[in-house]
Order: sequence, then structure tokens, then C-alpha cells
Amino acid sequence: MGFLIFVAAMIAKKTFNIEAIREDFPILHTSVNGRPLVYFDNGATSQKPKQVIEAIDNYYESENSNVHRGVHHLSQLATNKYEDARRTIQQYINAEHSEEIIFTKGTTDGLNMLAFSIGQTLEVGDEIIITEMEHHSNIVPWQMLCERSGCKLRVAPINSKGELKLDAFCSLLSDRTKVVSVTHISNTLGTINPIEEIIEASHRYGAVVIIDGAQSIQHMKIDVQTLDCDFYLFSGHKVFGPTGIGIVYGKKKIMEVLTPYQGGGDMIETVSFEKTTYNVLPYRFEAGTPNIAGAIALSRAIEYLNTLPLDEIEKYEKELQEYAQNELCKIDDVRIIGKASNKTSVVSFIVDGIHPFDIGTLLDKQGIAVRTGHHCTQPLMKIYGIPGTIRISLAFYNTKEEVDILINALKRSLQMLR
Amino acid sequence: MIMTLEEKQQDIIDEFAIYDDWMDKYEYIIELGKDLPLINEEKKTDNRLIEGCQSRVWLDSEVKEGKLFFTADSDAIITKGIIGLLIRVLNGETIENVATANLFFISKIGLQEHLSPTRANGLASMVKKIKMTALSSLSK
Ligand SMILES: Cc1ncc(COP(=O)(O)O)c(C=O)c1O
Repeated sequence: MGFLIFVAAMIAKKTFNIEAIREDFPILHTSVNGRPLVYFDNGATSQKPKQVIEAIDNYYESENSNVHRGVHHLSQLATNKYEDARRTIQQYINAEHSEEIIFTKGTTDGLNMLAFSIGQTLEVGDEIIITEMEHHSNIVPWQMLCERSGCKLRVAPINSKGELKLDAFCSLLSDRTKVVSVTHISNTLGTINPIEEIIEASHRYGAVVIIDGAQSIQHMKIDVQTLDCDFYLFSGHKVFGPTGIGIVYGKKKIMEVLTPYQGGGDMIETVSFEKTTYNVLPYRFEAGTPNIAGAIALSRAIEYLNTLPLDEIEKYEKELQEYAQNELCKIDDVRIIGKASNKTSVVSFIVDGIHPFDIGTLLDKQGIAVRTGHHCTQPLMKIYGIPGTIRISLAFYNTKEEVDILINALKRSLQMLR
Repeated sequence: MIMTLEEKQQDIIDEFAIYDDWMDKYEYIIELGKDLPLINEEKKTDNRLIEGCQSRVWLDSEVKEGKLFFTADSDAIITKGIIGLLIRVLNGETIENVATANLFFISKIGLQEHLSPTRANGLASMVKKIKMTALSSLSK
């Protein structure tokens, strides 16, 4: 008996075995320009484990059918799988109800949905607060709403380290504040925002709080009930799932009273030319045939994460980021952009006198994928007074050896460019 | 001896043939970029600017005795090196030749990715602008 318990405990203990993890990601074993690929563009999109790729294949090979519409076997199967996927995601982020999980195309789609649906409840003079470090997708939908509705966009500033000035943020809060929409982790700076404080402070003024989780879901465990955020959004493709699928988590009591975003099939209860009534949650926010394969494959990605020791991984990613940042700092003229004391997984830098584009091109020729440019955060680049950065963004399948390869390749590139 | 458009391109292809490593190829492009005579600073005005998403290109052109002459610059040195090659091929050509030029050397030396319209460096727009310049001079 004791032995059995011991064996069960061994099986249940998740171990962080990087070689085994890397084996799961076929693309990591390819080469680029004749060199083994070093993939440091995970902030743009993550790579996919074979379990996810197989889930997509399997869906189209033996499960494909439309959901919620048929009595036949395949339609039932696809519907069950699609709804199971919703529950897998619900459990992963600890949402109270499965109908609080809405499938979208991605974070951008979700933010546009919320800007529309919440926007319907706002009036002239109401205010929306974002921060200076937002991605364009958490700026533009709100600007468009402000143009339509006469609401006002307020922008909370950051300090020179790339941290949100919490005091300044709080001083923007008022009875006019109806929406606070902030990124959990900056895709350009890696800054982890103090969302617990932001949520609490905003709720004191009755504002609805939206957390852009596009860069956090893949790096840390999220519990939406503990956080008490009203909405939490992410993109499947940045969390080891496919493109074209994303999630809006929204508190049921808020979602229930919001106007649907798009009209069409599936989101209705009854349709007549005189009056249409809408379906219940979550369907009222999922007009049309959804990305069924995407939802199933995303849930497969989440199940994959569930087999990993997430606490250990969070620590490992932070160590890797610190290692990369320290090694970069040793190179002459390298300037780190974003030195928040609480950051993870992203290192942005520039090299004085050298264009990021030249460095990105030469790193690519050495098999290293980084991103250069403004990373869809032009206002943030303007604050720093630079046209763009070179950004390394890490995932748990990256290694210290890969960081060393990058450092050597960067040194070689700089020798050529100087 | 005056070389034709084709000969000038073949010349560049031959020069690049000795490099089989990407980094050597780029080393050469970077050297070309460092050598390229800069456009006069006062000519780096907005109307000569071709905005790429990342690197920027300035282009100026002049017609002398029916032939086109270009000077250009970029804030990224690899872009500048490739501009140097384009200018070497096109400078001194007749307006008509420039307007109809088939720039085959670019893909022959493996740099076609830099001229794809989705590339963020402004080079595709620069070639387009060069051809537009020639076309509008033709119609004058
Ligand atoms: C912080 C942040 N928000 C939103 C987005 C938009 O995500 P998507 O393009 O998947 O809709 C991104 C993607 O880069 C991001 O990093």
C-alpha cells in the first residue's frame, strides 16, 4: 500500500525536464540559414508542441463537423469537444462558470468586442484609463470608442525604468472612470504591472477592470477569482496554441447585461423581422461558426501546460531573462530598454549608433529569431525617444546555451557594423 | 567602356559568387553601405523620405542629358548597402531603361527578401519611386 502511494506520488510529481520539453516542439529542431534555429520571438507568437499539432490533425481527420447545430454523431462529438475545451480553460484560469469563457479570434478581437459592448453603456464625459505601455490593440479600440461616444481616454504614465507610476494612475481615478484596461505584462518592456493594486483601486470607484493577458498567461498561473478582475483576455497562439483563437473571460453578472458585439447565427434565441432575442451566455458573444479546431487545440495546449511544473517554469524563465539581460549589459553601448524591478521573459535593448534593423538582419543570418521595431507600441517608443528596439522574448523551452549563442552572434554582428 | 544594364548586373552577380557564407555576403554589403556617398544633408527632407516601417530611405534624382542619376541614404547600413547596388546599376541609364529595368541581380545574389513589399525597410517603395520618377520624366 505504502509503495503504491509512493509510485502515485512519483507519477503526480511534475518534473521540469527541458530536453524532454524541447522534444515536444518539432520546429525547435529545424535550421535557419544553415544554423540551428534559436527562437527568441515568443512574445510575437509561441511555437506549438506536437500534442497541439496532432489535435488539429485529429480534429479534421475524424471529428470535423459544425457545433450546436446537428443531431448527428459527428456534430455531437464536435460540440462536446468544443464545450470540453471551454471547461478546460475555465479550470485553468479558475473562472467560476464555464459560460464566462468566450471564444474569440484573439486578444485584439476580444478588446474590440469589449470596447463595443461596454461602450454601449457609456456616456459623454465618461472616462477610460489605459497606460503608456499598452499594445496598439489596447489603445486604438478605445480611441475609436471615444470618437464615437464622446468618452475620454486617460493615459497613466510610466517612470524611466518602465514601471507604471501607481500614484499617478490612482490620481486619474474618479467617479467618471468607467473602464480601466491595462496590460498585465508589457510586450515591449517585460514589466509586470501590479494588477492586484490596480484592480482594487479601480473597483473603489466602481470601474470595470480589463486585464490584457496576452503576455502573461504563458508565463504565470492566473486565477481570475483571486485577482477579481472583471475581464481577462489572451490569444491562443501566444500560449502554445494555434492562431485565430483567443479568450475573453468576463464576470457573468457583467456579461449578462452587455449588448452582444456581432449578430448572426448561434447568438440568437429567436429571430423575426420585428424583434430578435439573444441567446444566453456564452453563445450570445459567439456569433457564427466558431474556430472549433482552434478551441480544441488551444485546450490541448492548456492540458500540455497542466503536465508541467508551472512554479518551477516561472522561476526558470525569470532566471533566463536575468541571465540574458546581464550578459547583454556586458557588451559596449548596449542600452536595456525597460528595467522594471518586477519583469519577466522580455529583454528589449538598443545599441547606440547602430540601427536595430541591421542587428536583426545579421542575427537572422545566424539562425536567431528576434524582433526589431516598435512592437506595436509606438507611443511607448516615443516616450523613450527611440524608433524601436531589438527584443528577445523567451519561453520555457529556451536555454542558457541559446542565450550564449545570441551573445556571440551579437558580438560578431557589432564587429561587422561598427 | 560603357556597360549595359545587363552587364552591370552580371558584374555584381560575379562579385557575390565568391561568397558562399551569408555573413561574408553581408560583410560585403555593409562595406558597400559604409562607402556609399551620402546624399547632402540638406536634401534629407520629408519629400525625399521613403518611410519604411523600420528603416528609412532618402532618395534624390536628377536628369542630365536624358539620363538619370540618383543619390540616396538610409539610417540602416544594410539597407544603404543594397541601395548602393541599385544605384550602381541604374545610375547613368536612360530614362526609358530605368522605367523598364528588370532588376534580376537582386534575386540572383539572394537578397530578394529585402525587396519584398512586406519588408519593413522601404526598399521596395524606393524601387517603385525610382520607376515612377523615370516614368514621369518620360511623359514630360
Ligand atoms: C500585450 C499585448 N496585447 C495584445 C496583443 C494582440 O494580440 P493578437 O495580435 O494575438 O490579437 C499583443 C500581441 O502582440 C500583446 O503583446
